[in-house]
Amino acid sequence: MKLRIIVTLKNGVLDPQGKAIQNALGGLGFEGVEDVRAGKIFELEVADSTSDAAIDEMCRKLLANTVIENYRVEKL
Amino acid sequence: MKTAVIVFPGSNCDRDIAVALESVTGTKPHMVWHGDSELPEGLGLIALPGGFSYGDYLRCGAIAARSPVVQAVVEAANRGTPVIGICNGFQILTETGLLPGALMRNAGLDFVCRDVPLTVDNSQSIFTSAYQAGETLSIPVAHHDGNYFADAETLDRLEGEGRVAFRYGENINGSARNIAGVMNAAGNVLGMMPHPERKIEAAHGGSDGRRLFEGLLAAVA
Repeated sequence: MKLRIIVTLKNGVLDPQGKAIQNALGGLGFEGVEDVRAGKIFELEVADSTSDAAIDEMCRKLLANTVIENYRVEKL
Repeated sequence: MKTAVIVFPGSNCDRDIAVALESVTGTKPHMVWHGDSELPEGLGLIALPGGFSYGDYLRCGAIAARSPVVQAVVEAANRGTPVIGICNGFQILTETGLLPGALMRNAGLDFVCRDVPLTVDNSQSIFTSAYQAGETLSIPVAHHDGNYFADAETLDRLEGEGRVAFRYGENINGSARNIAGVMNAAGNVLGMMPHPERKIEAAHGGSDGRRLFEGLLAAVA
């Protein structure tokens, strides 16, 4: 089974990298880019028998730092 | 005092802290490799050094925090052994959950590498007993991800419980409330971004960092 895990910063957590990307887009002449938030995507190939609980644990224990990040799992 | 320095692939301040600890305690620290699952008995201090453990992959300190030896460090910390994490060591301690909050990319996006003014917030801990509260030290920083983040409730709790050890005298990296170092609730675990081990003797341009280790030795021995 293929999983796509999307990790994003929580609301209220400042994202200096997103801000730098936003400024760079403005520098390229793209107008109206009001905000950019940078995140991460992980693609995992796991055994079909992997439980949702185990997937959730992978996210909480390693892939995301839940102090600052949210995660979302998509089964492909 | 018997001490240990944990060495990860990518640590680069392990020898600096080893020299500092030997200079202050008179005894060479045990250098413990990250793959070990046991620590020496009877340690008075465990140090997690600065550097770029595991290449800072995923998040700074994230992989190191899940290594076998760090599980042993967490157990020792929970039994009351003093633990100090400096720079990458601080990042590792937050990733283990021993310390609250997280260290994010510096707000200005620059790697900051210079001496900074550091104010002692609480001089009642085993780590800061040789300092005066409110005293300003000069200690170097060298980091890209030192922007301390925690939610407002956690910050209030840290301040209310006297768990902020040090603050920057100026805003160098965007850290919440200028926090440079925090302790756990029991007071035996300290994480800080600045490098006290790089200010041990006159040849370093000052010895403000030395007193941290001297105070700890006096408090623990």
